[in-house]
Amino acid sequence: MQDRNALLIKAGRVIDPANDRDETADILVVDGTIQDIGRLTDIPADTEIIDADGLTVIPGLVDMHVHLRDPGYEYKETIAGGSEAAAAGGVTAMATMANTKPVADDITVIRFILEKARLESLVNIFPIGAISKGLKGDEITEMGLLKKAGCVAFSDDGFPVMKSGVMRRALEYSRAFDVPVIQHAEDLSLVGCGCMNEGLICSRLGLQGIPNASEAIIVDRDLRLAELTGGRYHVAHISTLEAMEAVGKAQKKGLRVTCEAAPHHFTLTDTDIGDYNTNAKMAPPLRSQQDRNAIREGLARGIITAIATDHAPHDEDSKRVEFCNASNGVVGLETMLPLTLALVRDGVLTWKQAIAAVSWNPAGILGINRGTLSIGRPADITILAPEERWTVTKAALHGTAKNSCFIGHTMRGQVQKTLVSGRLVYSSERGIIRESAL
Amino acid sequence: MTSGTQVWDRKHLISMSDVTRDEIGHILETAASMREVNRREIKKVPTLRGKTVINLFYENSTRTRTSFELAGKRMSADVINVSVSTSSVAKGETLLDTLETLQAMTPDLLVLRHPESGAHAFLSRNLDTSIINAGDGRHEHPTQSLLDILTIKDQLPLIGKRGFEGLKVAICGDLLNSRVARSNAIGLKTLGAHVRWIGPPTLIPAQAEEAFGVEVFHDMDVGLEDVDVVMILRLQRERMQGAFIPSVREYFEFWGLNRQRLAKAQPNAIVMHPGPMNRGVEIASDVADDPERSVIRHQVGNGLAVRMAVLYHFAGSSVRKG
Repeated sequence: MQDRNALLIKAGRVIDPANDRDETADILVVDGTIQDIGRLTDIPADTEIIDADGLTVIPGLVDMHVHLRDPGYEYKETIAGGSEAAAAGGVTAMATMANTKPVADDITVIRFILEKARLESLVNIFPIGAISKGLKGDEITEMGLLKKAGCVAFSDDGFPVMKSGVMRRALEYSRAFDVPVIQHAEDLSLVGCGCMNEGLICSRLGLQGIPNASEAIIVDRDLRLAELTGGRYHVAHISTLEAMEAVGKAQKKGLRVTCEAAPHHFTLTDTDIGDYNTNAKMAPPLRSQQDRNAIREGLARGIITAIATDHAPHDEDSKRVEFCNASNGVVGLETMLPLTLALVRDGVLTWKQAIAAVSWNPAGILGINRGTLSIGRPADITILAPEERWTVTKAALHGTAKNSCFIGHTMRGQVQKTLVSGRLVYSSERGIIRESAL
Repeated sequence: MTSGTQVWDRKHLISMSDVTRDEIGHILETAASMREVNRREIKKVPTLRGKTVINLFYENSTRTRTSFELAGKRMSADVINVSVSTSSVAKGETLLDTLETLQAMTPDLLVLRHPESGAHAFLSRNLDTSIINAGDGRHEHPTQSLLDILTIKDQLPLIGKRGFEGLKVAICGDLLNSRVARSNAIGLKTLGAHVRWIGPPTLIPAQAEEAFGVEVFHDMDVGLEDVDVVMILRLQRERMQGAFIPSVREYFEFWGLNRQRLAKAQPNAIVMHPGPMNRGVEIASDVADDPERSVIRHQVGNGLAVRMAVLYHFAGSSVRKG
C-alpha cells in the first residue's frame, strides 16, 4: 500500500460560499483532495497539522482575468513568475488572456501554454482562447478545437471586437460549446488617442480623454447581440455606471450575461493618477468617483458577480516614460484579496459574497472544477490573516513585474498559506515554495 | 536689481498652479528691471556668469526658444540649444535617457519643450536639475502666462483698471489643445481675474468650468461682451487628429476675431495672441495689426524680459533649492 499524504488544517474559520459554510472547522486533505470538513476527530497519527486558529480558510482564489505575457513577452512576465505572484496572492487558479505572441488563437499555442504551466506554474492555469484570429476582429477562431485543447473562454482582451457582425458570429457559434465570450468593451473610435478618463482631472492634466460612452456603447450593442444569439456574454473589467446598469437590465430580462470588476476600478478614481503616475494607467481607465461607487453598487446588487484583476505585468521601461506613451496595465494578483476584503469592511459585500466573487462565481462562469472547499474537490486552499496589515512595495511583490497602482498603500488581510492540490506553494514565513528548481 | 535679496526656494517651474501670487509678483518685478537692461546700448549683465542653461526643444519654436536663448545670453549664462526632431526620438533613446545624459554635463537649468503633457512632471521626479517648462503638450506653458500677465499689467491704465481683481479676460479659440489657455486660466485666477473661455464645443476640455473655474461660451459675440482683454489662441491643426471643426472658413466665421466682434468688448479692451498667428483663421489682420488695440508685439518683448526674470530666479545665486 502506498503512503497516504494527509494534511489537517485545524480550527480555522472556514468560509465556503458554494456550501453556504461559515464556521470554525477542520479540513482534512488526503492526496491533494479534500476528504472531510467539520470538527474532526480520529485523525491518523501521520497527519501533518496546520494550525489555523485565528485564521480564515477560504477556497483558493480564481482570477478569471490575467495576462501572463508568456509566450512572447517574457521580459514582462513569465508563466513561472506570474504563478509566483498568484501563489503569494492566494490565487490558485487563473485564466490567462490570449494576447501573447503568438496570439493564443491556435491549439498549438494553447498546448504550449499548458505544457509550460505543467512544468513551471505553481498554480492552475486555464487558458482563454482568442475570439478572432490574430485578435484582428475579422474571423472567429476554431472555438471547438480550442475548447478541446483546454480553453475555458474566448476573448480578444486588450482589444474589443469592433465589428458587430463578427461579435454576432462569435456569440452564436460559441453556443455549440457552451463557453463564455468575454468582451473588452471599448469603442476604439471614441477612445482615439485618449489615455485616461475624460473629465475634470484629464482636462487639468491636458491629456486626451476616454468618455464613459466608449464602454457603454459596446456593452449596449453586445447585449442586443446576446439577445439575438442566446450566446453567453461576459463583460471584462466593467468600469462605468452606464455599462453596469445595462448589464443589470439584461440580466433581469434573463439573458445569459455576466460581468467582472477589477479591484482598481472599485477602489481608485482618476484623481489617483495624481501627477501623471503611469502605474495608474490602464484600459479601461480609472473612472470618476460616481463610477467607482457604481461598481461597488453593482457588486452589492449582484449584477457584478466576479472580481478579477486584469493583472497586466509590464517591464519598468514601459512605464518610465511620458504618461501618454506608457503601456496600459497594472499588476493585481497580490492585492486582489485585501482589496476585496475592504469591500466587506465597507459594508458593500458580506464575507460569503466577497469570497464567492473571487472563487466560486468566476469558477462557475468559466465552468471549472475549482473555487470551493467541497469534499472530493482538489484541495486549492488559501489561509489568511484577515486583519494583518502590510504595505505594498516593489520589494514585497512577487513575480517579474512590479507595476502596481497600490505601491505605498497599506493593505489589510494577508495571505499566510496557499495550497494547490494540497501542496504548499506559498507561506508568509517561507515565501514561494518550489519542490524543484526551474 | 530690486529683488536680488529675495530668497527663492522653488526648484522647478512646471505649472502655474505651483506658483503663488507673491512669486508672480517677484517675477514681474524682476522682469520690469530686466526690460531696463534690454533698453541699454550694451544689453548684457554678468548676473548668470558661470551658469549653464540648456534649451531642449522637442517641438518647433521660434519665439520661445529664441527668447530663452537671448535671455540667458543677456545675463551672461552659457546657453546651449538642442533641437530634437521626433525622428531621432523614434531611433530609440528615451526622454529620460536623453535628459540624464544632458544632466551629466552639469547644467544649472534645463529649459524643456515637449509634445507630451506631463513630460516635465515625470522628469522632475527623476532628475536633480531644475526644469523650466517651455510647454508640455496640452498641459501648461507657464512662462507664456507670466509674460501675458506682465503685458496685461502694463496695459491696466489704458484699460481703465487698477489691478487684476475683477478684470474680465476672454480666452478664445482652440482651448482643448492649448497649454497657454490652461496656464493663463490658472495664473489669472490666482490674481483674481474673471476668465471666460470661448470656443466651439469640440474644442473645450471636458468639465472646463469645474476644472479651471472659468465661464464657458460657445457664442463669441455673447462671450466677448464687456471683457477687458481678448486673448486669441492659435488653431492648432497639428494637434488635431479627428474632425474637431469642419473647415477653416466656418471657424473664422464663428470664432475668428474681427472688428465687429471686438466691438462687443469694452471700448478699451486689448487684443493678445501668443503667436504664431494664423491670419484669417482665428484673427483678422486689421485687428492683429491695430496699434490702438493689439499688444501682440509687446507680448514678445515682455517674453524676453520674463524669461530673463525666470532664469534669474531659478538659476540665480540667490536660489535656495529644496
